[in-house]
Amino acid sequence: MATLHSRASARLMLSPAVLLLLAWMIIPLCLTVYFSFLRYNLLMPGEEAFTGWSNYYFFITDPSFKDAIINTLTLLGGVLLITVAGGILFALLLDQPMWGQGIVRIMVIAPFFVMPTVSALVWKNMFMNPVNGVFAHIATGLGLQPYDFLSQIPWASIIWIVSWQWLPFATLILLTALQSLDQEQLEAAEMDGASWFNRFWFIMLPHLSRAITVVILIQTIFLLSVFAEILVTTNGGPGTATTNLTYLIYVQSLLQYDVGAGSAGGVIAIILANIVAIFLMRMIGKNLDA
Amino acid sequence: MARAISNKRKAINTMAAWSLGLLIFFPILWIAILSFKTEIDAIKGPLDVLSATWTLESYSAVQERSDYLKHFTNSVIISLGSTLLGLLIAIPAAWAMAFVPARRTKDVLMWMLSTKMLPPVGVLIPIYLIFRDTGLLDTRIGLVLVLMLINLPIIIWMLYTYFREIPGEILEAARMDGASLGKEVLYVLTPMAIPGMASTVLLNIILSWNEAFWTLNLTAAKAAPLTAFIASYSSPEGLFYAKLSAASIMAIAPILIMGWFSQKQLVRGLTFGAVK
Repeated sequence: MATLHSRASARLMLSPAVLLLLAWMIIPLCLTVYFSFLRYNLLMPGEEAFTGWSNYYFFITDPSFKDAIINTLTLLGGVLLITVAGGILFALLLDQPMWGQGIVRIMVIAPFFVMPTVSALVWKNMFMNPVNGVFAHIATGLGLQPYDFLSQIPWASIIWIVSWQWLPFATLILLTALQSLDQEQLEAAEMDGASWFNRFWFIMLPHLSRAITVVILIQTIFLLSVFAEILVTTNGGPGTATTNLTYLIYVQSLLQYDVGAGSAGGVIAIILANIVAIFLMRMIGKNLDA
Repeated sequence: MARAISNKRKAINTMAAWSLGLLIFFPILWIAILSFKTEIDAIKGPLDVLSATWTLESYSAVQERSDYLKHFTNSVIISLGSTLLGLLIAIPAAWAMAFVPARRTKDVLMWMLSTKMLPPVGVLIPIYLIFRDTGLLDTRIGLVLVLMLINLPIIIWMLYTYFREIPGEILEAARMDGASLGKEVLYVLTPMAIPGMASTVLLNIILSWNEAFWTLNLTAAKAAPLTAFIASYSSPEGLFYAKLSAASIMAIAPILIMGWFSQKQLVRGLTFGAVK
């Protein structure tokens, strides 16, 4: 009887969370899909009408869509490459015996706690500004021409800023994983004459593979939605040079008031994210059984 | 068996790691320095900046220019509010799943996680329109609700992994001794779960404090937290490096300190327990 009783109360305790998340997921999702099939502009209220797939057609054939997709993917690839490769190197270094390890760890992890608007504005003004930025001062000091990062290589600059924010995350997680590695295994390999590279390649890297996968998948979720960094540095420009899918949908719906086309973009973003999500869920789901 | 490491190698490691750490930390260090300089000195070259006089004037200027305290209060209310509200809903749910697991528990957990995968921009328009029509746009209560919902899966997951480490026998023993459900939760579960709950709270305050999609899109002047307040500095008038630095330092300092204390739990929370 006790179990029956506790099962009923368990269901009762679980229900608020389930109902809230269900509402949070289903209602906006259905509305987005619904809007995406409407001609719906906030400036012309009352003129909504069903238009079939034309919003999707309009959104996909818009030349900025191609740019936005390319930018979304290059940001994803670029940041992942920098943070995973850098994270492995940093984690290996921080795992070595040294003096003041705790302080170094704190310094390395700090950028992760900086809000996106702050880090983007600080890099834009204090470092990349072609007149007063630190880089410009260093360039003039060396007798070189200062470089205007955000107008010459705007997307690479944003990739750099976002990488600075996520490198600490990758480092922290890979370091945590590295520290759980059995030291005796490494020592045994060393005694058997395995070189440092072989120890890294055959023992450390396989041990890290799971953490690397988690880093890649979690960062992917966040990187597909990069927004604030673009808003405060370049506003998506020059042209569409720094517009990603998230920013394009924002422009389309909240700046140009075209809810229909924006929603079609939203549905495309959801599909894109779902492809990634399937892999991540499988990873984490496996861990539940372990 | 601890291996003897030569001091020379240790010194090389230390040098390399410290230079790297300083390089990554440099932007934060730099704005900390700029925030104590005058506007005229703040745009000079690095060496001139260091030798310039120190002053607190930027900190008072930030408050006068844009009412920093109002935005700080908004940030505190929004991040604390959404965390506490989330906790209120998550504790029973996590408790139920950890101690009374059913056949479908794993599916429920995975489904909750999947809501986190929904890209915010995919639901931006409906939420924006609902908020506009219900008068929640630019209100703190609206942001508390949204941030609570986007972080709820993380809170439930973290609490669930912590609760699962509490041995069920202890709860059974308490039940045998005649403890009611309320007493069981209050006197047995809560003391054991406090460390886990503390780190859950900490991580969620950090996440909501730094959240910069919904806070930027759903607020204007009234309810804007620090993320949006700092974004207002993207269109500068005149000299503003020192003021931007001071504003930035004040916006990130509380979370930086909290973050440093919760590094370990952070890994667990952000990877949903996949890396410990």
